[in-house]
This record gives sequence, structure tokens and C-alpha cells, in this order.
Amino acid sequence: MSKPVDNLDKIKQSLTRRNRAETRFRWYGRIAILIGLAAVIVLFTDIISKGHGAFQVTYIQLDVHYDQDIIGVANMTDPAQLADGNWDAVPKSALRSKFTDVSGRRDKRKLYALLSNGAGFDLKDRLVANPLLLGQTESIWILADDDIDTYYKSWLDGEPYGARMADNQIAWIEQLHDEGNIRLQFNSNLFTRGDSREPEQAGIRGAIMGSFFTLILTLMLSFPIGVSAAIYLEEFAPKNRWTDFIEVNINNLAAVPSIIFGLLGLAIFINFFHVPRSVPVVGGLVLTLMTLPTIIITSRAAIKSVPPSIREAALGMGASKYQTVLHHVLPLALPGMLTGAIIGMAQALGETAPLLMIGMVAFIVDIPAGFTDPATVLPVQIFLWADSPERAFIEKTSAAIMVLLTFLIIMNTSAVWLRKRLERRW
Amino acid sequence: MQATNIFILILALGIFAFYIGRGRSLALAKPLGGIRYLHSLPSYYGFHTALWCALPSLILLSLWMIFDEPLINSLVMNSMADQLGNTSLATYNLQLNKISNIAEGILGRQGQSDALLAAADYMTQLKVVSRWSLTALMLCLTVIGLFFGWSRINPQFRARPLVEKVMQNLLLACACLAIFTTLGIVLSVLFESIQFFRSVPVHEFVFGLEWSPQTAIREDQVGSSGSFGAVPLFVGTLLVSAVAMFVAVPIGLMSAIYLAEYASKTVRAFAKPALEVLAGIPTVVYGFFAALTVAPFLRDLGTSMGLSVSSESALAAGGVMGVMIIPFISSLADDVITAVPQSMRDGSLAMGATQSETVRRVIIPAALPGIVGGIMLAVSRAIGETMIVVMAAGMAAKLTANPLESVTTVTVQIVTLLTGDQEFDSPKTLAAFALGLMLFTVTLLLNIFALHIVKKYREQYE
Repeated sequence: MSKPVDNLDKIKQSLTRRNRAETRFRWYGRIAILIGLAAVIVLFTDIISKGHGAFQVTYIQLDVHYDQDIIGVANMTDPAQLADGNWDAVPKSALRSKFTDVSGRRDKRKLYALLSNGAGFDLKDRLVANPLLLGQTESIWILADDDIDTYYKSWLDGEPYGARMADNQIAWIEQLHDEGNIRLQFNSNLFTRGDSREPEQAGIRGAIMGSFFTLILTLMLSFPIGVSAAIYLEEFAPKNRWTDFIEVNINNLAAVPSIIFGLLGLAIFINFFHVPRSVPVVGGLVLTLMTLPTIIITSRAAIKSVPPSIREAALGMGASKYQTVLHHVLPLALPGMLTGAIIGMAQALGETAPLLMIGMVAFIVDIPAGFTDPATVLPVQIFLWADSPERAFIEKTSAAIMVLLTFLIIMNTSAVWLRKRLERRW
Repeated sequence: MQATNIFILILALGIFAFYIGRGRSLALAKPLGGIRYLHSLPSYYGFHTALWCALPSLILLSLWMIFDEPLINSLVMNSMADQLGNTSLATYNLQLNKISNIAEGILGRQGQSDALLAAADYMTQLKVVSRWSLTALMLCLTVIGLFFGWSRINPQFRARPLVEKVMQNLLLACACLAIFTTLGIVLSVLFESIQFFRSVPVHEFVFGLEWSPQTAIREDQVGSSGSFGAVPLFVGTLLVSAVAMFVAVPIGLMSAIYLAEYASKTVRAFAKPALEVLAGIPTVVYGFFAALTVAPFLRDLGTSMGLSVSSESALAAGGVMGVMIIPFISSLADDVITAVPQSMRDGSLAMGATQSETVRRVIIPAALPGIVGGIMLAVSRAIGETMIVVMAAGMAAKLTANPLESVTTVTVQIVTLLTGDQEFDSPKTLAAFALGLMLFTVTLLLNIFALHIVKKYREQYE
């Protein structure tokens, strides 16, 4: 028998150690959570600090003379003449008349590089909209080249990035700046144009429309099918091996890597059924298969949460099983199902990998107008831009990410709101 | 589009049929003294007629759309079989493309051979025949269905059980779609893989140490025979996943423990959704973050410490992937920890254990199967994750266990092999499906096992 006093001493001695271990353990937990939160904050600040600049773009003001002889267009209504017109010469001559002392081919090329490659076509569009301007001179803000844009923004911030700039270009920009003829404007191109190889011309309109058509199709297919499957499994399915097998399948599909769905789409839809590549139809079909498990699982949970007393009351009144489900269970479970559908759609909106497999990764300039036009989607556009070597695309990519995240935040908060607002606690 | 128009027409006729059927049942009920003398409610007679009207033609329409084009193509190609003779699949497809382009007017008619022009005309003719016969058939079928459904209506007719039977089958079909999807995945991946293993033996693929899928177009080019040893890819995948798990498991687990056992209600209400934000961010965003922020940062950090860190290091890709998986592990672990009965906690605390001792000695052991299941699900996610590694990990297959070097993964190779223009039956594209088969098998086994453990564990404490 040991003396009880000794034991108490031992316990007291160990107590400090144990309490220290307790404090340490708590701190591990706190640190883990702080790391997680820090990751969220770092990610968002990184994206926003990189991308906020893309919402503005540099414009240069020039006196443009729409010279009929230079353009070579006499009749503004003749499409053949418009197509053949020498539109590039218009901004070039405007630049030459602005900086009259520039001579020599190399310097001139540097000078022309101040403006976007597409400046001529923008002027053409303006002239087509206002044919009376032909032969006139007007002072107009013209889109600058992406290198100029990058330099001007970094110069304004006080740390100029001039790696791709020539000395005389820098001098011209400073001259323009002193005269007030160069400025940042809201970048409406970002939201109104399709993709382009020129960063200053590139926009996400095409990708947003592609995402829109793809998601609409996904929603139209996966919501009814998912809800039907959930109703069957929850309300009508007999308990047997076949239903168990279906359940196991659904749970596994929810965890299959998304890229596998891309392989499925490529092999079945494109190679077997010959659906054209790169169109929202294929994207929608693949994403439907991918989001179905999510929608089925959440819909089942919603149906399960409707109390049996509702069903019993309906059945007691003489309703058939189907009338019970369609008239009573389904309306009560609908908010939960909608929440699930929104979460599934958010998942589909952010998905990239399977769409790469089915060719939605192509470079597409035109803005899609329907389900069968070649299109790309927002995350794939981000992937494409992230791969581009031009420095200005980093900014664009971050801006596109900000737009994508905004959509996702809206969808997810509306799902949470919907759940809080409409879901009934029994 | 013809098919869409027909589809809309059928739907419209179906709605029309609903009202006709309902109207007839009402008309029949009136002399009897009201609808209570009918077997079913009037709307069921309407649905019955609508189903007879629309369902058969919709089934036929979808079958037609699937088999229409292959049938026309094979008819056209048979018609010019004597000109073509015995050709390979590639020229066959080329000719077919040419013909359909001429038929649709994409390709000009000038300068094409007479045989091609004749075939194109034949194709146009077949398409017109197909279109008109489809329209005619659909119209006949819907009208016949409508009349049949309509004529069956009488007060004793049991419409409700019939309609409900059809609906039940439709619901069952929707539920079975999950099985068809799995089947489709297995079949599509398996068939292409079998083709691949015809040209590259299985053991070479599974045990080969060299991966360079560049097959040359001409025989005499350097490296004309690609080598398809997938071991470097498996090792690379495991390396990146290991890094990810190294980040995600401790952080995810500790934050789950803290949130479940220690945190006050307000902290929990704030921290849990904030962590779950990480789960909602698209992987392409993580990829961008890894490639443009984390990887350069790690490279510069390595340089300042005298280490050479690749700018496409496994560490950057794996680390960011780990951040992505944190909420996945923490929410799964949170579920199993809160499922441990309170009585076990109370018992341990009553014996004088501190809270952390209770967690370590009682709760974690009790929740272990569930936690292991959750970690396995997370591993299967890490293995199948694509965009982060495509953007932040390398392309070159290197057999290394050093996380500072650049490695490539299975998913990266699938994407690289399948994006861009290749013919579909070269070993290079088929290799992607063999990799897909591997990926699918491994993740499927992990998932089945993990879901089984988690389910079993849940039953234990319910």
C-alpha cells in the first residue's frame, strides 16, 4: 500500500503538465482555424489586388480625320467597300499628325504600337453607326495597346513596369499625360466583348453567355430528373437489392472525379452520338450527369424532412399515393430541393475539367447566341487566360475570377437565404 | 431545327389531348349525375389521353434522332463503295465529311469529283426523305394515339391506376439514370482502354518507368515510338496528394475538434461557414492562385534559403490542394465527432481527465473509423483533382519523391493528351482513357470502402 499523501503530490505535480498540455491543445485548434481563415483572406486579397485594375483600361485622345482617300470608301452603305477599307490607316495617320517629329520605320512602328490593334475596326464601327462623319475630323478617345495600359497603370501607381516599352514610347506617354490626353476609363469591353488575342480587346461576354446556356440546359435536365429520382427512391422504391444498388451508385457517382465525366462525354456524346464539340449542349449534358447525384441526395434529404403525419393525413382523406406525394409532400419539400439545385448549379458553374475534355476549351471570339453555337464557359475562359503569356492577361484573369466568384457568392447566399426563409421546422 | 419543332408540336398536341380527354370524361359524366360516377377524376382521363398521344411518338422521336444520321451515312457510303474500295477508317471518315459538307453547302461544288457530287445529292435526298417521313410518322402516331386514348374513355374506365403506373415507371427510369451513368463511364473507359492495351501491353503500362507519349507522325523521327510507362505519373499523383494530405489532415482535423469541442456558439457560427467558403471556390481559381502566387513565392523562398525549388513544384500544387481539402475534412470530421454520444465525454470528464485528454483518449478513438473514412474520401478527391495540377504542376514525367521538383500527375496527362487535335484512335489519345480507367478504379475502390466505413460507423451510434 502506498501512502495516499504521495499520490496526491504526484497528481498535483502532473497537474501543471496536464494543464499545459490542455492549453497547448487548445492553441493547436485555434491555430488550425486561423490558418484556414488566413487562407480565405489571402486568396481573396490576392485575387482582388491583382484583378481590380482590369475594370479600368487606358484610352488615348486623338484628333481623328476620317479621310475618304485614306480609307478608300466612298459609299458607306456598300459592305464590300467597307470590308476592303484601309481602316488601320485612320488611327495611324491620327498618331502621325499628333507626333509630327517621328520619322523612320522603327520609330513609326513604336508609335503605332501605342494604340490597340483593333483601334481601326472600332473606328469603322463608329463610322458605320454615324456615316455623316466621313470626311470630318473629331477628337475621340481610342483604346490603347495592352503594353501601354500595363505601363500607364503601373506608372500611375508609382512603380513603372517598362520591360516591354521603348524609351520614346515612355516619353510619348508622359507627354500625353501632361496634356491630359491619356486617361483610365471604365473597361466596358470586359463585359461587352468576346475573347480576343489582344488583352485590351478581350472580354468575358462570350464566356458568360456560354456559361448561361450551359447552366440553363443543366438545370432543365438535372432538376426534373433529380427530383423524380429522389421521389422514387424516397417514396415508392421497394426495399430490395436493386434499390440498394441504385443508392450505392448515386453515392459513388457523387465522389467520382469530375474529369471522368469529361471522358464519358467525349466517348459517348461526341464519338458515339456525334454531338458537335464545344457546344453548350454537350457541356450541359455532361454537367447534368455530374450534378445529378448532388441534386438527388439533397432532394432526398428534403423529402425525408417532411413529417409522416402529412402523408398519413392525406392518405386518410382518401388521396392516392401519387396525389399525396404530388399535392402535399412535394410542395413542402420544394424549398429544400431548390436549395440543393442552386448548390448543384454553383458546382456546375465552377467546373472546368470535364469541359476541357469535350472541347469547350477552343478559342472562340463570337458571342454564342444559342445552345448549338460553339462556346466556352467562364472557368474555362479563366483557364485559357491564365495560360496566356501576355502580362495584361494576369489582370484580366483575376477580374474574370472576381466576376465568377461574385456569381457563386450570389448563388450560395441565395441558397442559404432560401433555406432560412422557406424551410419549415417541424 | 426540325426535331425541336416536332418536339414542340408533340407537346402541344399532348396538351390538346389532355383537354379533349378531360372534356370527354366530363361530358360522359354529366348525364350520369356528376363526376362522382366516374372511376377516376376527370384530369386523370385527360392525362391518360395525353400519355397515349405523346409518349409513343416521343420515344420514337428520340430513337429516330439517334439512328437517323448513322443510317444515312452508311447508306451513302454503301452507294459509293465501289469507288472507294477497301479503305481505312480515316479516309472513310474524311470522305464522309467531305460529302456532308458538300451536301450542306459548306464546301463548294466546283472541282469535286462526280462520284462525290452524286453521293452528296444522294445524302441531301435521303435527308429530305427522312425529315418528311419523320414528320408524317409523328403526326400519324400522335393522332392515332389521341384517338385510341380518347375512345377508351368511359365511366368505368380505370384511368388513375394506369396513369400512376406509367408515372412510377418514369420515376424509376430517372432513378436508374445513375446506373446508366456508371455503366456508361465503365464501358466508355474500358473499351478505349482495351484498344490501347492492344498496342501497349498492360504490364508495360502499369510497371513501365518511362512516360513520353509523343508518337511521331513519320517513322524516321526521333522518339517515334512513344513509351507508356505510367509509374512516374502514379508516383507524381501520390506525391502531390501526400503533400495535400499533409496540409489538410492536421488543419482540418484540429479545426473540427476545436469547433466541435471548444468553440463557443458565436465562434462556431462564424468560423464554420467561413471555412466552408474554401469548399465553394472553383478549382480553376485555386489553380491560378497556385501557379501565380504560391509557386513563385515558394521558389523565391527556396532561393533565399539556398534551395532550388522548381517553379512548378509539387509543393505548391499539393499545398494549395490541401487548402482546398481542409473544409472537406473538417466538416466530415465535425460530423463524426459530434455523433460521439455525450455520455462518453461525461464519463471521461467525471474520471478527472482534462478536456484535451478526453478528446485524445476517448473521442478520437471512438470517432476513428469515421475520421479514417473521411480522410479516404479526401484522398480520392486529391487524386482526382485536375485543374490545380494542370495549372500549377509540370508536364514532364519525372520519377522523384522530392516535393521541391516538378512532377506530373495522371489527371494532368489526361488533359494534355485529350486537348488539342488528334485522331481518335492513336495510342496517344487512347492512353488517356487507360489513365482514366486507372483513376476511376482507384477512386471507386477508395470511395466504396470509405462510404462503407462511414455508414457502418454511423449505424453504431444511432
